[in-house]
Amino acid sequence: MAPRITTAEVAHVARLARLALTESELETFTGQLAAVLDHAADVEALDTTGVPPTAHPLPLVNVLRDDVVAPVLDREEVLAQAPATEDHRFRVPRIIGEAP
Amino acid sequence: MTDTVARTAGPGTTEWETVIGLEVHTELRTATKLFCGCPNSFGDEPNTNICAVCMGLPGTLPVLNRTAVDYAMRIGAALHCRIQPSIFHRKNYFYPDQPKDYQISQYDIPINTDGWLELPDGKRIGIERAHMEEDTGKTTHFGGGGRIAGADHSLVDYNRAGVPLVEIVSRPDLRSAEEARAYVDELRAILVASGASDGKMEEGSLRVDANVSVRPVGSPTFGTRCEIKNMNSLRSLGRAIDYEVARQISLLEGGGTVEQETRHWDENTGRTSTMRSKEEAEDYRYFPEPDLVPLDPPQEWIALVSDGLPAMPADRRAKVAAAAGLAPDSDAVVTVVRLDLDPLVDAAVAAGVDAGLAVRRLANEVAASIESVPALDVDAFVSLLGMEGRGELTTAQARTVLRTLLADGGDPVAIAKSLGFEALGADALGQAVDAAIAGNPAEWERYVGGEDKLTGFFIGKIKAATGGNADLKEASALLRSRREAG
Repeated sequence: MAPRITTAEVAHVARLARLALTESELETFTGQLAAVLDHAADVEALDTTGVPPTAHPLPLVNVLRDDVVAPVLDREEVLAQAPATEDHRFRVPRIIGEAP
Repeated sequence: MTDTVARTAGPGTTEWETVIGLEVHTELRTATKLFCGCPNSFGDEPNTNICAVCMGLPGTLPVLNRTAVDYAMRIGAALHCRIQPSIFHRKNYFYPDQPKDYQISQYDIPINTDGWLELPDGKRIGIERAHMEEDTGKTTHFGGGGRIAGADHSLVDYNRAGVPLVEIVSRPDLRSAEEARAYVDELRAILVASGASDGKMEEGSLRVDANVSVRPVGSPTFGTRCEIKNMNSLRSLGRAIDYEVARQISLLEGGGTVEQETRHWDENTGRTSTMRSKEEAEDYRYFPEPDLVPLDPPQEWIALVSDGLPAMPADRRAKVAAAAGLAPDSDAVVTVVRLDLDPLVDAAVAAGVDAGLAVRRLANEVAASIESVPALDVDAFVSLLGMEGRGELTTAQARTVLRTLLADGGDPVAIAKSLGFEALGADALGQAVDAAIAGNPAEWERYVGGEDKLTGFFIGKIKAATGGNADLKEASALLRSRREAG
């Protein structure tokens, strides 16, 4: 049987999440993620005919607010938290790739 | 309107068909953002409309804006979509335009699905979905000519982050750049009519991406498509599609293949270029947003939204066209509805005035000074049409009075009088014709003898005698009937 997940796949997912993992960490997490996927496979094996898909654990829908303006944060206070700002905007390093 | 390009060069003669699907993002004109109470306001000072929620600070939770849902459903209803229970997803990516490092969007279960939009010429374009999502912040790149590639650094303004958007995805039913433009034009009119959006492309509240491919005419399968971004006007949409179609055909005819990729339109060079390297394949790791519960609008709400929609542009064009005896996609009808002048046609119809005349005046004189329309008195306009319709004013005179009415307002009867446009009744016109004949017996003899070119001579005399108030077409008819009567 093919492994639930390969270290190459874990390395790919780690890269997408911008996580730098060592070789031994990759091994550890590959094992842990395989266990999680095993559990998902167990659930998948159940007969769920007639069971509606669960979108959320809470038995709630339509939690809405009225379209009314609320107080905003002080700009200078927010900008003061950032590593770099310029011209009342957040300054970020050179971006590789493009926005979706 | 199928856009086929015949080529005779190359190894074989292939006729190509263009296939286009459009993704249109529209900002909703709510007072606040989608998930927080920050003002949704264009053009404010940078980073003045931000709060803990849209800045993605720990411990905050999004709460959905009721009015945004209402507007999204209006769009769905106006596009004949099925409005259904839906959920939100996180779209994960690393890019500083969202402080959270994800965008909340709808993925596999959108609020609106399976609709259509009818172009003025009657062709229906399928709508696959129209889903809700939040807008991103605005990044400005410095260095590298303002392009992201090669930029030295970027500055970010989060005022727009979290502003409610609806993304409307068409089916690949469009067949030319011209059709794509017509689709966006019609969609914009529908969005504005629904009250959900202001449709301002220049302020970025309407943004268009195009999926473009080509295939040999008659091919049952689609070619590989490219997604074109960064078109900020209808004109650049048309130019970008034409460029991309030519690029793909040239690639294929040269024995190459089209790579599926996202391409960036450059308005200055008039070209598209690739945006992402293949190694950076899209993988947004969508998963259901745990901070938001499902949206399941009750049927009463959906009915309220559907029933409350005003008449859409297509219905309004049909109504004007029927009243005026014109085609719904005729220029005059399209112009009148696009400029929201059709209530004036309704007023003319209600007053028993010729609707065709109303449409002609509205599509010409009134459209030409559209900025004056708010000041145009409906009764005065209808009264003027009545004067023209009854022959009390010639067409030229009616136009002059209308221009005065648009510029200065007033009573059309008084304006006509002040301009010396005395109503010249049929009797007075007949007398003027008889006087011209009596005063020029020699010319009349020759005219009766068959010298038709003398018509101009008599018309000149009549025009001079009446000070320009005569309906000259009617005067010609009278001359002919006098001649026939002997």
